[in-house]
Amino acid sequence: MAGVASHAFGSRAHAARFERNPAAREPAAVKWIIITVSMLFFASFLLLPLYAVFSEALRKGWQAYWEALVEPDAVASMRLTLLAAAIAVPLNLVFGIAAAWAIAKHDFRGKHVLVTLIDLPFSVSPVIAGLVYILVFGAQGWFGPWLSEHDIKIVFAVPGIILATIFVTVPFVARELIPLMEAQGREEEEAALVLGATGWQTFFRVTLPNIKWGLLYGVILCNARAMGEFGAVSVVSGHIRGQTNTMPLQVEILYNEYNFAAAFAVASLLALLALVTLVIKTVIEWRLGREPHPIGAP
Amino acid sequence: MSIRVENIQRSFGAFKALDGVTLDFPTGELVALLGPSGCGKTTLLRIIAGLDFADSGRILLDGEDASSTHVRERKVGFVFQHYALFRHMTVFENVAFGLRVKRKGRPLDKVIRAKVTELLKLVQLDWLADRYPAQLSGGQRQRIALARALAVGPSVLLLDEPFGALDAKVRKELRRWLRRLHDELHITSIFVTHDQEEALELADRVVVMNRGKVEQVGAAEDVYSNPATPFVYEFLGAVNEFRGNVVGEGLQVGTDVIPQVGRGYGNGQQVVGFARPHELDIVVDHANTNVGVPARVNRILSFGPVARIELSRLNGGGETTEQQFEVQLPAQRLAELQLTTGQAVRLLSSRLRLFDQGSVK
Ligand SMILES: Nc1ncnc2c1ncn2[C@@H]1O[C@H](COP(=O)(O)OP(=O)(O)OP(=O)(O)O)[C@@H](O)[C@H]1O
Ligand SMILES: [Mg+2]
Repeated sequence: MAGVASHAFGSRAHAARFERNPAAREPAAVKWIIITVSMLFFASFLLLPLYAVFSEALRKGWQAYWEALVEPDAVASMRLTLLAAAIAVPLNLVFGIAAAWAIAKHDFRGKHVLVTLIDLPFSVSPVIAGLVYILVFGAQGWFGPWLSEHDIKIVFAVPGIILATIFVTVPFVARELIPLMEAQGREEEEAALVLGATGWQTFFRVTLPNIKWGLLYGVILCNARAMGEFGAVSVVSGHIRGQTNTMPLQVEILYNEYNFAAAFAVASLLALLALVTLVIKTVIEWRLGREPHPIGAP
Repeated sequence: MSIRVENIQRSFGAFKALDGVTLDFPTGELVALLGPSGCGKTTLLRIIAGLDFADSGRILLDGEDASSTHVRERKVGFVFQHYALFRHMTVFENVAFGLRVKRKGRPLDKVIRAKVTELLKLVQLDWLADRYPAQLSGGQRQRIALARALAVGPSVLLLDEPFGALDAKVRKELRRWLRRLHDELHITSIFVTHDQEEALELADRVVVMNRGKVEQVGAAEDVYSNPATPFVYEFLGAVNEFRGNVVGEGLQVGTDVIPQVGRGYGNGQQVVGFARPHELDIVVDHANTNVGVPARVNRILSFGPVARIELSRLNGGGETTEQQFEVQLPAQRLAELQLTTGQAVRLLSSRLRLFDQGSVK
């Protein structure tokens, strides 16, 4: 996922150059076959389901759709999903910038360990992440007795959901920023320092503006994942209706109860979120492509 | 501000980037740091600016130890090897940056505007104020980087290969321009380059470095005509090399002799003699002499008032060897000699500089 934004533009320009060059061009037939096949593939595997979600959600009409959305348990699940994202995303924003800064612009022992740790949530199944939280904070877990003594609930409660969400979203911001910051090097920051800027001034006036689009890109991907996560959250949730169900969990419960229209109604919101994310992502990629190129590189 | 660098050591792992460098930069001088790639020039500048640290040794700014002075407080203007302009800011904002981040006594917006405009006029680029760095040519970026460094009123200007990536013509223009600027502002300036011509033309004094050490310091003219070490001699221009031993007043090379004044070296001592192309003369070979080093003419380049002749050394048997010579003669002298390509001749030197063979790699 990392670096997608930064590569998108360069390859586009490259492709155009390749395409306009008769010496490098493939026969038109080959090109159109490849394009048609991939279009058909993505239409059937991606667009069709999306269409199915909305048509299923609206099968019983707008009235039923609306009622399914304002049903108290559904509203509670939306609230919880928003809460988890509202906590996980800003935390990742701060952590991601700090980690990327440390990794890209400084040398220290344990740098590789930190990079590996950041990638851990990508390489570990979310279910395992959830189970780890149960092992640590659950009633039979390491801190279980202490927690229950102090009347603190983590698993099968909102804190557990938030923790699990944070866990699965950790890589997004940092992974997006590290290659970007590494490519930019330290010279601009050093120039700011020599010109008398403090660390904060350097960060807000030089570093941040240089990474802002990459950062935004990381944040929306992070947000999409935070709201859509199922596995890890499912394990720590306990599925208490109206309390510990996020939207994806709510969809599953409704579906298992054969309440298809309601299930798809909630699911349609998630699909909508995905669409909005895609639009923002496209806009950002377009902006990233228009950014002035790195200068002065020899 | 005067700068004194005292016995600076800096290693990267086992590699010694700077090895006991001691230098003085008096107030108001323009000094060139000259040396081959990787000899530690950038490292030295960064240590003076405070962007890097020395493993041992001291930096004295105006006689005071600067080791505890933060980069921010050193009043240094730094022009980076690759300019390091702020890519998301316009040219104007780049130059204004140093004024905008001032915490004590930040000037009013009006004052900043006036000051930046003045600086942009100084570097003759006020018409580019609204452009972004990516929209500038290399030479324009260079001048903006300089204007940005000057904006904070530095007491020292450190320029790291400012003309590195530019073509010869622009280089020359900027060189003159920088010299004029220095004559106007009189800021102590250190200027890094690995172009000897640039250093010799621009600087009051030249510091020649090699492998983390200072080889020679002196006025440009002095360093050029009296190189202290073989390295400096070879680095500062084309050079012809003669290995042999001292015989009386001459230098014996193989079975041949270059008669010259071999002062300071005892009979039989193994030495290397260096001569610049213009310090060699060509005599047409007469078989029955051993005066001068035999060589064969490969190429004659005669345009303009000075002719260049490229030759290969001949060994005792009259066969050409790998060793090449280059001679510069006035066109008139060339006409007298009536040289032709392939002709065997002998080389003499009016002015050979001798070094111990042990000091030459
Ligand atoms: N951060 C670093 N880590 C390891 N080695 C370094 C580092 N910085 C510099 N060096 C080494 O130190 C030596 C001196 O580097 P420096 O950048 O000062 O050279 P320079 O004289 O400026 O060369 P150039 O003319 O090519 O810019 C080089 O051999 C370089 O490889
Ligand atoms: Mg350098």
